[in-house]
Amino acid sequence: MTLPKILQVSVYRYNPEVNSAPFMQDFNVEIDGKDMMVLDVLALIKEQDESLSYRRSCREGVCGSDGMNISGKNGLACITPLSSVVKNGKLVVRPLPGLPIIRDLAVDMSIFYKQYEKVQPYLQNDSPTPGMERLQSPADREKLDGLYECILCACCSTGCPSFWWNPDKFLGPAALLQAYRFLADTRDTKTEERLSRLDDPFSVFRCHNIMNCVNVCPKGLNPTRAIGHIRSMLLQSGT
Amino acid sequence: MVTNVTNFSRSGLFDWMAQRVSAVVLAAYALFLLGYAVANPDMSYAQWHGLFANSWMRIFSLMSLVALSAHAWIGLWTITTDYLTPMSLGSWATGVRFLVQALCGMIMFVLFVWGIQILWGN
Repeated sequence: MTLPKILQVSVYRYNPEVNSAPFMQDFNVEIDGKDMMVLDVLALIKEQDESLSYRRSCREGVCGSDGMNISGKNGLACITPLSSVVKNGKLVVRPLPGLPIIRDLAVDMSIFYKQYEKVQPYLQNDSPTPGMERLQSPADREKLDGLYECILCACCSTGCPSFWWNPDKFLGPAALLQAYRFLADTRDTKTEERLSRLDDPFSVFRCHNIMNCVNVCPKGLNPTRAIGHIRSMLLQSGT
Repeated sequence: MVTNVTNFSRSGLFDWMAQRVSAVVLAAYALFLLGYAVANPDMSYAQWHGLFANSWMRIFSLMSLVALSAHAWIGLWTITTDYLTPMSLGSWATGVRFLVQALCGMIMFVLFVWGIQILWGN
């Protein structure tokens, strides 16, 4: 796809201290046909209007700060090339859906972190701490692949309709991926306690396999599969 | 752990399993009725009536009625708790949701009793 010399960018703007309602603002950005990342375009816009707010840090898809809705699909601005999201010479950038707006593209992620906290995302083991470390076979370690890589960018949870409707009750794909990460860890001894906290109609079972989470995950992870594993574990312990 | 008193059971796992088991029963019943109708293109009312006079058919039909009630309750309960929330309806949400759930429950009960009457009534 050929990119234009001047790119039209429509950006969601909202400063609660000044604006009574959010609005979309158009910018013309000189990109000279280069296939840069969306984050680079935002930096160029910030040169035009320094009041534009967004989060960014590592600019290489590791920190998970710049999750946003790019031309209708959640993703990390720093690793999303323009060629994959520019439609009809235009780019549309909005904040992650479903979370309260702090300002422009920066959202309040408190509820997302609260759900993450609920799954107790840390290793719990009753046995005495060994002198060196808790060993694990390579095969058991492999079970954690595809789970531990999550960077908590919230692209998945904020792309999930079940999380939009019940963000306080449904844990969301990101937290559930981490719930399974510790359920699958052979060094963790709190499996039964962890499972018993998940057996209600909302925490896990509000997932309807819509699979938006899989579709948008910038790290290529599969929360739907992890949720399926949690269901299987609950079924095995409950029947 | 989220507590809830209006869902089918108190357990998410049970609701989830009941939803799937009832779906299998309903699929089997629907396929059977469809298959029976296709296999008997010249079916008379007496033959149709005779089919439902069999004890096994009555058991199968009653099982499907129970499955339909459970399936419908779990499904509609999920829909009401997805869409009739304070996010969409504000402070009225709990009252509206409870009323809609009560209405759904009443309709399901009426259909259930009516179904039994059709099967066993005169």
